[in-house]
Amino acid sequence: MSKKVSKPRSISRRRLLATAGAALAASPLGVDLLQAQQAPIRIGMSMPQTGGLAGGGKASLLGIEIWRDDVNAKGGLLGGRKVELVVYDDKSSAAETPAIYSKLIDVDKVDLLFAPYATVPTAPIMPMVKQRGLLLIGNFSFQVNSKIGHDMWFNNAPWGPPDSWAASFLDIGQKAGGKSMALLTADQEFAQNLAKTAREVAAKRTLPIVFDQAYPPNTVEFSSIIRALKATKPDIVYVASYPPDSAGILRAVNEIGVGDSVKVFGGGMVGLQFGAVMENMGSLLNGVVNYNSWLPEKSMYFEGTKEFFDKYTKRAVEAKVDPLGYYLAPFGYASGQLIEQAIKKVGSLDQKALAKYLRENTHNTIVGAIAFSPDGERKETAVLQAQFRGVVDKNMEQFRSSGKQVILFPENLKSGELVAPFEAARK
Amino acid sequence: MKRNGVAFWSGAAVFLAAVFAMTQVVGNQYPFFAGYVILQFIALAVAWSILGGYAGYVNFGTSAFFGVGVYTSVFLVSAFGAPLPLQILTGAAVGALMGFALGLLTLRMQGIYFSIATIALTIIIETTITNWRYVGGAAGIQIQRPAVTAPFDSYVQMLFFVQALLVVLAVAISRYIQNSWIGRGLQALRDDELAAECTGVPTLRLKLIACVISGALMCAVGAPAAMYLQYADPGSAFNLNYSVTTLAMSLIGGTAHWSGPIIGAIVLGTTQQFLTVTISSEVNVLVLGVMLVLFVVGAPEGIIGLVRKLRGNRKEGEA
Amino acid sequence: MFSLDLLLDAVVIGVLLGCFYGAVSLGLSVSFGLLDVPHVAHPAFLVLASYAVYFLNENYAVDPLVAGILITPVFFLFGLATYRLYYETFEKRGSDAGVRGIAFFFGVAFIIEVLIILQFGVDQRSVTADYIGKAWRLGDIRIPYRLLVAFAIATALTVLLTLYLSRTFMGRAIRAVAQDQEALRLMGTNPVKIKQWAFGIATAVLGIAGALLIIVAPVDPTLGRAYIGRTFCVVVMAGLGSMSGTLVAAIILGVAESIVLTMFGASWAPAISFAILLGILAVRPQGLFGRRP
Repeated sequence: MSKKVSKPRSISRRRLLATAGAALAASPLGVDLLQAQQAPIRIGMSMPQTGGLAGGGKASLLGIEIWRDDVNAKGGLLGGRKVELVVYDDKSSAAETPAIYSKLIDVDKVDLLFAPYATVPTAPIMPMVKQRGLLLIGNFSFQVNSKIGHDMWFNNAPWGPPDSWAASFLDIGQKAGGKSMALLTADQEFAQNLAKTAREVAAKRTLPIVFDQAYPPNTVEFSSIIRALKATKPDIVYVASYPPDSAGILRAVNEIGVGDSVKVFGGGMVGLQFGAVMENMGSLLNGVVNYNSWLPEKSMYFEGTKEFFDKYTKRAVEAKVDPLGYYLAPFGYASGQLIEQAIKKVGSLDQKALAKYLRENTHNTIVGAIAFSPDGERKETAVLQAQFRGVVDKNMEQFRSSGKQVILFPENLKSGELVAPFEAARK
Repeated sequence: MKRNGVAFWSGAAVFLAAVFAMTQVVGNQYPFFAGYVILQFIALAVAWSILGGYAGYVNFGTSAFFGVGVYTSVFLVSAFGAPLPLQILTGAAVGALMGFALGLLTLRMQGIYFSIATIALTIIIETTITNWRYVGGAAGIQIQRPAVTAPFDSYVQMLFFVQALLVVLAVAISRYIQNSWIGRGLQALRDDELAAECTGVPTLRLKLIACVISGALMCAVGAPAAMYLQYADPGSAFNLNYSVTTLAMSLIGGTAHWSGPIIGAIVLGTTQQFLTVTISSEVNVLVLGVMLVLFVVGAPEGIIGLVRKLRGNRKEGEA
Repeated sequence: MFSLDLLLDAVVIGVLLGCFYGAVSLGLSVSFGLLDVPHVAHPAFLVLASYAVYFLNENYAVDPLVAGILITPVFFLFGLATYRLYYETFEKRGSDAGVRGIAFFFGVAFIIEVLIILQFGVDQRSVTADYIGKAWRLGDIRIPYRLLVAFAIATALTVLLTLYLSRTFMGRAIRAVAQDQEALRLMGTNPVKIKQWAFGIATAVLGIAGALLIIVAPVDPTLGRAYIGRTFCVVVMAGLGSMSGTLVAAIILGVAESIVLTMFGASWAPAISFAILLGILAVRPQGLFGRRP
């Protein structure tokens, strides 16, 4: 016992007793004090490592792993307890997660839970964590808590209020003189949720929707649908698409054209955040205004951001994940930081206390300051809308420098102005 | 036959009693979650074999039936807040109708044509659900469980027990069919449909019976999944995995006897649940692939066939 | 929203898209249509070919089409080996190859999928070539060069295969084996050798079709699953074993899909294609150009 306390990084005796007491009270196991001191803090999660969401899931996981290694290199938490991750593959499927999270909670008895990447695998575990009164750090799911109302849910994603995403894109379009909107969406979960808010925002602003189509999954060829869209001569084209389709849509746009009427094009295209896709698309990306979560612009560097990407870039090669990793990885790291700060401040693993702290404070992370609203989403949206500029073909490294994706929104992170119309911006 | 019947029903009773006791004694929730999934696949595999095994009509549309079961529940819950038994019964009724339609297809199509038609049917149904906004459409829908009914402590324990009941029901029906004139007729039809018809076997009626029963069971199995997941989206509910896994389980176990799919589902289902929480990576899919290939190559009649062969050899050795 | 202009455009694009579907289904038309092998791993082989093309294009800057031709001999051998394995385990033993054959190929498809993931990761890949990303202007209509490539390859492959099957000795033997194995055996030819050869050809065609797949759109390791329904739909709709029929059926599918995408609710497109298939099967179970009565 004394041996442990006399370790250089240990905390004061009084603090230790308080901590241990809290840990003892909070622990579902009733682990004894000594064991709690030595045992690692285990964080459990499922992560899509196969199936459609695997690309994102793997990058996100690497971000979390880098945080784990950083925090352990600093000596762990709660006086020397190392952080350990317990991760299972959910195959990108909603059917797998209930059993996995039950295993994490009831068998592995992890101390804390992170949610899997994306909405579909997360949705089935929301009622479960609510019922058990457990803290859950969300990972880029969209509005999973709106119906459940769990007060211990905190989403790491920059979404903010549900309509802010569409609103920011339409703002940009309307400022550029847009008077009508076309809506092209994938007939899948995330895209349809985006489309719904886009319709609502457009209705509120009495912006006519001249084209509104949902294309089915696995659509091969977008030429004909782009042609139909072009025929309606829209000013603003809001696209909510998935990775394989985003590339197909941009190709078709390049080949067929969308017409001179279009002021801005893009908005909710998933896939254009991933290095491999961007490299493949190359110059086709130019002019597109699309959402993102992090970009290598000056305004986006916070404490620790650069160090994080140095580590990520090295490890991504080995892990065969997205070499850039802007979209998800830093937010995985930030999830860790949220928990780290909360544990440090609360001084225990008491879930209620951690949740209270997370709800009431603003937290500094490598992706900027994060504050939560009562529904567990960000208070303010930090979804970037950025325009691709001067991108050349087959070059991954170009995306590491600033200026390739100019941030137009939000105001405080802005790094340039919109070039419109779309056809002009493409050159 | 009589003695077998007694053994079977006492086995079923012991099984149900054990399951019930487990829900009352075991506090840890994980066995119920994992067990639910395995029981669900046992029931699916048994139901599938009634058509796919006995009659030899390979149905690729397991996911269509399962998904329709899920969405029947979703609809009933969002529209009327219907209780679980009603969800399952309605699911079975809808499944029976779907099965009837499928049975009519067999009038014109056999062999691989039939299989392709079931794929087509799956895609058409999935697209319809995807476009049906009331049940969430492509965006998916979250549903809330009602409070659990006594004597169960948690909803998952209850679902686990309900699924065990469905398994017993499916197995009992499958066993009855195998030992009755229906089974013998299906067997004849499977070996040579034309010859069977010529010798006066009522092939259409038999096929319709098999399709309706198989369909009703698969839909009924899907119905409680809505409450298990408390979430439904077309991509997950109509996942191709249900079709492939069910087929794989039946083949690994063997389709010649009603117990084959049970064994296959236990072996493969348990392996998958185990792998999910151990190796947990793409290797998981690899194992399914390798198991499929190894079994169809090395044990053409499934585990049942292997066991019979071993027994046969031993008898020969003794003699 | 109806306009003749759009309709014409949709039809043109649909025909080209159909050619693409045809090209990726031709191999199956031989392996499944003529040889009755339930080759559900066909799309997985296709994706494998795409990745081979991607590998050559990425590392050695080989034009994707050239790469497609380069890999055909390898795929031919791969096909020979696959058929041998299939024959030894199923056809030789006779009874009930159907279900187990399907399961076998599903297993093979999963294995290929995982091997691709282990080698290339899960991200989608695409190739570069001069003809990707540009379009040909024909009055008001613009046609992507990619689809013209698909058109050219589909026609070339169909013509070549039709000629091969009708003019060469081996080709005729393949068709004979599909119709009556016994007769061939009586004539002193080994039907298994011929079927193996035919399966080799079917797989070799996949080399080029795989190149086309990655030219037309990016690929990812699990893409094959989406093509199981599509390719079998084309082959079955055509009626087993007819090469030109396969192309026509694929074009019908492509046009239907394209028109629905353009003119009606896009989200209904998959249902329409498969409803057509069901309709055709219900009226003419042997398919549009079927060889069986």
